[in-house]
Amino acid sequence: MTAATMESTVDSRPARGRVRRGAAGPLFVAPFLVLFGLLFLAPLGYAAYLSLFQHKLIGGTVFVGLDNYVKAVADPLFLRGVLRVATFFVIQVPLMLVLALLFALALDSGLTRLAKVVRLGIFVPYAVPSVVATLMWGFLYGPDYGPFAQLGRIFGLPVPNFLSDSWILGSIANIVTWEFVGYNMIILYAALRTIPKELYEAAAVDGAGAWRTAWSVKLPALRPALMLTLLFSVIGSFQLFNEPKLLWTLVPTVIDTGYTANFYAYTLAFTGQQVNYAATVSFLLGLVIVVVSYAVMLTANRRRAS
Amino acid sequence: MPEFPLNRRSFLAAMGAVSLSGALAACGGGDSGGAATGPVGQSDIDKAMTTPTELVFWTWVPDIEQEVALFEKKYPAIKVKVVNAGQGTPHYTKLRTALQAGSGAPDVVQIEFQYIPTFTVIDALLDLRAYGASALKSKFVDWTWAQVSGQNGEVWAIPQDTGPMGMLYRQDIFDQYGITVPTTWDEFAAAARTLHAANPNVYLTNFAANQAAAWHGLMWQAGAKPYVNASKSDITIDVNDDTAKKVAKYWGGLAKDGVIGVETDFTDAWYTALNNGKYATWLTAAWGPVFLSGSAKSTAGKWRAAPLPQWDTAKPSSGNWGGSTSAVIRSTKNPIAAAQFAQFLNSDPDSATMFATKQFLFPPTKALLSEPSFVDEPLDFYGGQHVNKEFADIGDTVNLSFQWPPFLDQVVTDFTETVGKSLTDRTDTVAALDQWQSRITTFAKNQGFTVKER
Repeated sequence: MTAATMESTVDSRPARGRVRRGAAGPLFVAPFLVLFGLLFLAPLGYAAYLSLFQHKLIGGTVFVGLDNYVKAVADPLFLRGVLRVATFFVIQVPLMLVLALLFALALDSGLTRLAKVVRLGIFVPYAVPSVVATLMWGFLYGPDYGPFAQLGRIFGLPVPNFLSDSWILGSIANIVTWEFVGYNMIILYAALRTIPKELYEAAAVDGAGAWRTAWSVKLPALRPALMLTLLFSVIGSFQLFNEPKLLWTLVPTVIDTGYTANFYAYTLAFTGQQVNYAATVSFLLGLVIVVVSYAVMLTANRRRAS
Repeated sequence: MPEFPLNRRSFLAAMGAVSLSGALAACGGGDSGGAATGPVGQSDIDKAMTTPTELVFWTWVPDIEQEVALFEKKYPAIKVKVVNAGQGTPHYTKLRTALQAGSGAPDVVQIEFQYIPTFTVIDALLDLRAYGASALKSKFVDWTWAQVSGQNGEVWAIPQDTGPMGMLYRQDIFDQYGITVPTTWDEFAAAARTLHAANPNVYLTNFAANQAAAWHGLMWQAGAKPYVNASKSDITIDVNDDTAKKVAKYWGGLAKDGVIGVETDFTDAWYTALNNGKYATWLTAAWGPVFLSGSAKSTAGKWRAAPLPQWDTAKPSSGNWGGSTSAVIRSTKNPIAAAQFAQFLNSDPDSATMFATKQFLFPPTKALLSEPSFVDEPLDFYGGQHVNKEFADIGDTVNLSFQWPPFLDQVVTDFTETVGKSLTDRTDTVAALDQWQSRITTFAKNQGFTVKER
């Protein structure tokens, strides 16, 4: 009855209703659009504009078209930075996501005692700002007076120099993993909680044990959430900056200022005063991230289709 | 057509105005420029100093309000707003951003000696000659005045404090291992090997691989002239000449043999090392003694000061590491008041004395460096030694003609990644000098400079 009444009300004044609905939509979206335009599109456009120029200390600014892009795609420092973060992505992200998944499954299984405490404990590092986390780990890694080195000395164990050439990438990966396992775990755990109970009951009726349920029910249901964490990780890895930048102050001869692609762009802008070229490098890095993200999504979707 | 305000005549007039302002801007952008063309008369100065004005002053010197108060007392019409925009790189990054934005830049700014050319190349600083700065020349130690002078005799800033380099050493460690204070670099190298052989946990010194400033100070001591700015756009880059190679071979050799430390300085590990007696000397500057007494408290009384070891004892020399100046930003709306402030702050006897006694900045003025109450002050941390006297004497041996490049940040970064890296990796430091040279040269050429190599 109510529905019918409403329908007739709308029908009786069709024109006015349509106008009002038409105006309300854009009005609701406007605040977002304005902010999006001001804070996202405008800087992006400005960076694109900057990347078409070249500024020299002697000679000033000249329009150079796509010259900066031509230079960047053949710039060994930029390519090395991208390659390094790609390596980082391939090794660190699977490790981190597998850990996050195991924690989420363990918590969800309900077998863990003190689940709330454990959940909070794993999540807390994410609440620590990455700058603080890196400073803390930088201290822990210290080769002379760091706690690891001192413990090693007490027990007569050889402790590697975590801040040396051969260990540094692993040391950074460890910091990033420590920071983000909890974050990814929470996303996966939340997704697990939304799986309908009926599925578990059906699986139990079919005789599935805990492992079988995890493999055949939970994992497939987690696919969208895993996809999300994977995409976040692509972006995070390729934009790696805070950790190498802060460790650089400790060991500037091990980590150089082009260590990651983002660090390279930063150095170009603030050390070399090459703002235009820095904009170019940032733009290309953005492009790399879009391509990799898209490739990851495509691969995952194709696998699901097959 | 009549409703359009822009007719042919007014259009031409507007174009004329545009080209005229362009010409004016071009004048302002010249090498010698400045807001005023001739010297400013005393009546202009008197008028400016009695007109209510607010100056903005960017500095990181703690408690500088005390010295500023002296100025405000003398010139009640002028108020100075002190802003701490960070120290070192953050300070310069903000300054550069404000200059580029065209607003928000201070009137007067703290600037280290080595950064002056980096800012004059972008026409950021005001030539203070027109404001009576030349008259101050005789008050300042010669090499400090040379550091603030431009290619055409401009005065870009007024020196505030300096850092002639010397050696602080642990008397107790020297005594324990029978080491006499080295006066030549050869003796220093021999002592480094002796000490490390006697105790593998102790090193004669730490040569921080990240410390381009100390490296430049030692090149300065050795008499190298790595950068010569012939004009604004012409630069000679020569960081790998024979003198530099001699210095590189020396330190590279010690690092390769592992008889000195090469760890990053001013980090937690480095402070701990100084407190623990891992290093028996610190090659530092005149600001080092007071700094060390605050950072290595547990070693009080054990340190002494001496000049740097020498390449040629017949001609003792030293370099400078650190110290800073007050400069006036060219875009200031109150050039007279700003210039007077920069001069007063550093040359007024009361203000200069306060810097030396309250902030413990090492003075650049001849008056203070011969003032008995300053140079004859015994410091307990150094066993009662007259450390200021030691560094005042060292200051007299600093070479006059050392110049800095107009793109210091890039030079420093490239140093760490070539020469610094060779020290920590124990590879060929002399070859690394060549890489450094090639990286700076490439950068300079890309920036439009005419580069002359040796």
